[in-house]
Amino acid sequence: GEPHPGPRAVNVDLQTDATLQVDISDALSERDKVKFTVHTKSTLPNFKQNEFSVVRQHEEFIWLHDSFVENEEYAGYIIPPAPPRPDFDASREKLQKLGEGEGSMTKEEFTKMKQELEAEYLAIFKKTVAMHEVFLCRVAAHPVLRKDLNFHVFLEYNQDLSVRGKNKKEKLEDFFKNVVKSADGVLVAGVKDVDDFFEHEKTFLLEYHNRVKDASAKSDRMIRSHKNAADDINRIASSLYTLGTQDSTDLCKFFLKVSELFEKTRKIESRVAADEDLKLADLLKYYLRESQAAKDLLYRRSRALVDYENANKALDKARAKNRDVLQAETSQQLCCHKFEKISESAKQELIDFKTRRVAAFRKNLVELAELELKHAKVT
Amino acid sequence: MTALGKPPDSPPQLSLCQSAVRQCVCVCVSVSYPPSSQSTMADTARDPPPELSDFQELQDGEDLFPEPSAPLESGPASLPAEDISTNSNGPKQDSLFDDDPEDLFAEATEEVSLDSPERDVLLSDGPSPAITPITPPCSLITPHIDMFTHCSFDEIEEEEGGDSFDMHISVSDPEKVGDGMNAYMAYKVSTKTSMSLFRSQDFSVKRRFSDFLGLHSKLASKYLHIGYIVPPAPEKSIVGMTKVKVGKEDQSSNEFVEKRRSALERYLMRTVKHPTLLKDPDVLQFLESSELPRAVSTQALSSAGILRMVNKAAEAVNKMTIKMNESDAWFEEKQQHFDNLDLQLRKLHASVESLVCHRRELSVNTALFAKSAAMLGNSEDHTALSRALSQLAEVEEKIDQLHQDQANADFYCFSELLGDYVRLITAVKGVFDHRMKTWQKWQDGQILLQKKREAEAKLQFNNKPEKLQQAKDEMRELEGKVQQGERDFELISKTIRKEVSRFEKERVKDFKTIIIKYLESLVQTQQKLIKYWDAFLPEAKAIS
Repeated sequence: GEPHPGPRAVNVDLQTDATLQVDISDALSERDKVKFTVHTKSTLPNFKQNEFSVVRQHEEFIWLHDSFVENEEYAGYIIPPAPPRPDFDASREKLQKLGEGEGSMTKEEFTKMKQELEAEYLAIFKKTVAMHEVFLCRVAAHPVLRKDLNFHVFLEYNQDLSVRGKNKKEKLEDFFKNVVKSADGVLVAGVKDVDDFFEHEKTFLLEYHNRVKDASAKSDRMIRSHKNAADDINRIASSLYTLGTQDSTDLCKFFLKVSELFEKTRKIESRVAADEDLKLADLLKYYLRESQAAKDLLYRRSRALVDYENANKALDKARAKNRDVLQAETSQQLCCHKFEKISESAKQELIDFKTRRVAAFRKNLVELAELELKHAKVT
Repeated sequence: MTALGKPPDSPPQLSLCQSAVRQCVCVCVSVSYPPSSQSTMADTARDPPPELSDFQELQDGEDLFPEPSAPLESGPASLPAEDISTNSNGPKQDSLFDDDPEDLFAEATEEVSLDSPERDVLLSDGPSPAITPITPPCSLITPHIDMFTHCSFDEIEEEEGGDSFDMHISVSDPEKVGDGMNAYMAYKVSTKTSMSLFRSQDFSVKRRFSDFLGLHSKLASKYLHIGYIVPPAPEKSIVGMTKVKVGKEDQSSNEFVEKRRSALERYLMRTVKHPTLLKDPDVLQFLESSELPRAVSTQALSSAGILRMVNKAAEAVNKMTIKMNESDAWFEEKQQHFDNLDLQLRKLHASVESLVCHRRELSVNTALFAKSAAMLGNSEDHTALSRALSQLAEVEEKIDQLHQDQANADFYCFSELLGDYVRLITAVKGVFDHRMKTWQKWQDGQILLQKKREAEAKLQFNNKPEKLQQAKDEMRELEGKVQQGERDFELISKTIRKEVSRFEKERVKDFKTIIIKYLESLVQTQQKLIKYWDAFLPEAKAIS
């Protein structure tokens, strides 16, 4: 297992206040499980102590997220997107292949490649820790969600939450639910909204989400090519080194020096690729998920609107037939209330979303440019 | 300048005529030569003999040798005859010449081309025996005195001759000639030189790819088996050429033509840098004459091509069966060295090619990302962020172009050089193989001789006079062959040593230049990157 080193890479801008501060102070990677140590500092009266830590696994984060989504009370909020599952498979596969191919390469090559793969593993590890942390911080920063009971249990209960992952049946149910939801979403999206703000937001979010998806995919590909090129430079450096040691002419010193240079270049190129990955790709991926969450919010609102309109129609019908009027009235009022509540909070949420997004992009783009400059100057 | 570089101001010496050249040539070949200028003459003997074809060419082209066989029998041949008889029968003199036409023109090669008289002058210093003078046309001799500087006397370390190697060949202006499947690309080969070897200082001809291949195959057949490292010609590519023929004017066929053009240029430069090959008449003809006979046997799918392939396979099998007693540690070490080098260069070449591929990929992906970022910027409704994203898109687009350029530099600079050297090393190994074959021939001759000796002894014992005489004759012939074999072997070994040292020097030079150029391009790329990101930074900061 590997301990989580100090500074965390937060790629979203958040306001934290002293009343509730959450972070992941440590993380352990055990075969295929990652154990996060969630550390809380709070002055809120809800908690027994002011500072405490618990150990949580990925599934427990998902459980918390799902509990928010399923809670009707939170229909009017953008639910912070769940962190992606820690995925070390690719890295592990590469390490395994390296181990198998150990006989076919020189000792130096083997050590070098091993170091690189280990660095890659570490980078993935750091990323997954950061994403889990961001999720918790978003929840802690949200004025309503931070008061959620499940959240407090998550933070404080120092035993295993016994959240089992969904079994096959449940996963199938989820799948169908999603299908229904997207079909419904299409229907609902067709309904034109009276409110200009929401109408605009709807169009905007739809387009934005698609474009972020595209940009995220392309940036991933770009970074992968970059990494491949860096790998090649690594191999070239090794070959040059071997040539240098074997050669008996003046070329040998020359080759050795050039080999060093290529080594340096490679290190820089990998770092550039890693930085791009962090600042650009991760940013885009995060906003992909957030924009999806925002879309979900709009969907819920539209759903509520449709329900409201249906309730109105039902009320009219009931009044016309003069039957079950009271029932229809209550139902209609409920819908109306729900809809208005959602609309109100949604407005604020969406505005916040924009502010956050702008700030995050700014921060990351600036850092990206600065890092690129730094690396280019080194050469 | 060597001792032999004396200007031909002494006609009597000069009168050691052309015809005498042949005799002198034979004389030089024999081991027991008058000691006076043994060293220098012996060197000229080491020059590679051309094939019979050259002899023909010469006969046609020049009538400097008016009566090929006459002088041989005459009195002047006394001295040479004497010498020759030491290693073969007197009466067999003619047949000797006929059998080994190569020896006949042992020295006549490079110097001979259009200016064989120099040959005379060279040789003149050597043998001062009384040979019937046949006055050569003096006028032929005078103008090409600076030829001396290029007559490489092999003993001396190969520098670029007395005056510097001033020759520049460029291959340019590829243009498509003809249509359909019979179309071909014609390249303009321009030579700029101040060397007197050529008729003029600046000239150009049109050549097509098969002409280059023809040149290479001629040079290879002449020089490879005696130990000269002949630079390999660029490879044929049926796919690439077909695309060009069919007329697809797209990126890949343009790239193919450009790749081929630069490969042809490098091939020619390498060939002329070799002092021996430079003077070869075929090379000179290739560079100078406006019309060249079409080299048909270079077609890939022709019968000649197939024959070549079969031969190559047979050779490979033979190589495996020859086990040579290596007496010279130098050769063993060098062979090992080249084997290692081959391995490493191939690996390096593969890595560089992979890098080129990935960088091209990176460039494509960056362009895609740039477009995507631009779209994102468009849909973003926060103005400053939108502008920043568009700027990002522009930066990335420029970077993509940068990557593309870098990939090209990677390729043309580095990768092609490595490819060339991988092929060159194959040629070097081929030369070593030829040495083995020569040794084998020599050994075989010795074994045969031994058998014949035993047979002769038996015959003597059985007292059969006619057969005995025949046996004795055969033996003498064989002995000659064996000695020739030994000489060949030593010759090739010596040539190889020289060639290898020259090759290594060239290699060092080439690699240094190319790698430095490549590194410079890397630095440039980084500088441009700095410029672009510097421009972007304030935009990013301006997002409020």
